[in-house]
Parts: sequence; C-alpha cells; structure tokens
Amino acid sequence: MTYKFLIPIIVVPVVQRKLGDVRLNELCVWLGQGLFLKNHNTWYYRKYIDVRRGGIGRISMLLTGYCVLCYIWNYPHLKKERWRKYH
Amino acid sequence: MMVSFFDQFASPSYLGIPLIAIAIALPWVLYPTPPARWINNRLITIQGWFINRFTNQLMLPLNVGGHKWALLLASLMIFLITINMLGLLPYTFTPTTQLSLNMGFAVPLWLATVIIGMRNQPTVALGHLLPEGTPIPLIPVLIIIETISLFIRPLALGVRLTANLTAGHLLIQLIATAVFVLLPMMPTVAILTAAVLFLLTLLEVAVAMIQAYVFVLLLSLYLQENV
Repeated sequence: MTYKFLIPIIVVPVVQRKLGDVRLNELCVWLGQGLFLKNHNTWYYRKYIDVRRGGIGRISMLLTGYCVLCYIWNYPHLKKERWRKYH
Repeated sequence: MMVSFFDQFASPSYLGIPLIAIAIALPWVLYPTPPARWINNRLITIQGWFINRFTNQLMLPLNVGGHKWALLLASLMIFLITINMLGLLPYTFTPTTQLSLNMGFAVPLWLATVIIGMRNQPTVALGHLLPEGTPIPLIPVLIIIETISLFIRPLALGVRLTANLTAGHLLIQLIATAVFVLLPMMPTVAILTAAVLFLLTLLEVAVAMIQAYVFVLLLSLYLQENV
C-alpha cells in the first residue's frame, strides 16, 4: 500500500511566493501586486534573524584574493625574474 | 635569474597606484567591529577578550596618566601584528619593511613621550639622564651617554622593526631560491633545505609577532618614565 497519491498540495498565495515558484501565467499578477505589497520589516529580519554563519571560507577567499592582487601588482617586476626569456 | 634579492622590498606601484596603500588599509578589513549588541558572537567576544587582556597587561606598569595611551598602543600593536603576519603570505608586500613607515611611527610617538615628560615634570624627566648611585667622577660622561641614548631611541625603535622583518624576508627568499636550484641536482639536500625553510617560516611568524610587541612595549616603557 503506497500513499504517494495522497500527498497534500499546499496552496500558497501567488504574491507571497518567490519568483522561482511563480508560474508563467501568474507572472503579471505577481509583478503587479508584489511591487506594492512590500514587507516593511525585512530589514530587521535580515539584520537580526537571518544572520549568516562566518566560516573559514570567507577569510581564506579574502586572503587568496589579496595574494592574487599583489601578484598582479608586482607582475611587471616579476617578469624580469624568469630563468628563460622565452618559454 | 633574480635581478637583486632586495627588489622585493621596493614599493610596488601599478598604473600609478601604490600597493602600500592597499597593504596598510587591509588590517582594518580583517577585524570586525563589535555591533551594538549586549552579547556578541563568539568571534567578536574572543577578539574583545584578547584586546582587553593585552591592554590590561600593557597598562600595568603605567600610572593613571599613561592610561590615556591605551587606545593608541593597543591599536598600534594590532596594526603591526596584522601587517607583519600578512607579509608572510606569498607575493604580498610588507609595509613595515619600509624604514620610512617605521620611523613615521617611532619618531612622533617617542617625541610625544619626551615632550609630555618635559612639560609635566621637567625635573624628573631630566633626572632620568643620570642613573642613581653613579660615582661622582663619572657623572659628566654619563650624562652625555644618557643623552645620546635618549636621542637614539626613535632610531633604534624604527630600525629594529625594519631590520628584523627585512632580514627575515630576505632569508626566506634566499633559502627558497636555494631549494629551488638544488631540486634537480641534489634532491636530498633540497629536502633538508626545505625543512630548514619550514622552520624558518615558523620563526618568522614568531618574529613578526614579537617585534610588534617589543615596539609597543618599549614605547610604554618610555611613557612610564615620563608620565
């Protein structure tokens, strides 16, 4: 006995869905009403509740980018340090 | 081949923009500012704890007049440590290898301690030029020697930081070149040299931190005498 055909379909109002969940024929409705119905508390949620976790990836990307930038900065000088003129 | 081993210390400039500007501004990016919250996240708590401990230690020998310098000395320490450590990354430029920058730190701060001493307590400040208990015949010579040592302090502060960092970077570059050259010819010797390079890099990390600390500590000592 499988219950796959009994999965309930949850209906969410069009305006509250994200753009990826909106169907094509509902796009006009979404654009029209979504522009006026702004959630005024979004900044609070974004600042205090939806906080990203810091990790080692962020700072290592920053430092790698800094090393790459310094390499680019120094390249005209590093060009002279080749062992062979033509590779 | 290498044009000259000292070329790594030339201040690089690309399209008219010097790299030293970015290298000096980078430490500001790396330390998050504590937000206006009652309890912060772990990173900011740890950062604040370290800075508080360090400033506490630094301010122990100073009297209350010297506590005005807490912000300056703590931020100088963080700045120097970050710059020195960032300079150990490949291809990066270390601003503290430039004598101009180190003298720019040392001379004004030393002069500030001297002027504070001369203005607030001129007798005591001048009295430091003669240590207690010197035999009477030695007094004239010793005053001259102490005056010279007073005026050499900023030079010593600046040159100490410059020389230590420059020597460290130069050694790393020399030994790395040696490893690179030896690798096709004598791989065993190259591996031993690579081990030496690894140990040297660890030493450089320590030196980077210690030199910054010594700079700030000596400044606080000069302040202690004068404030």
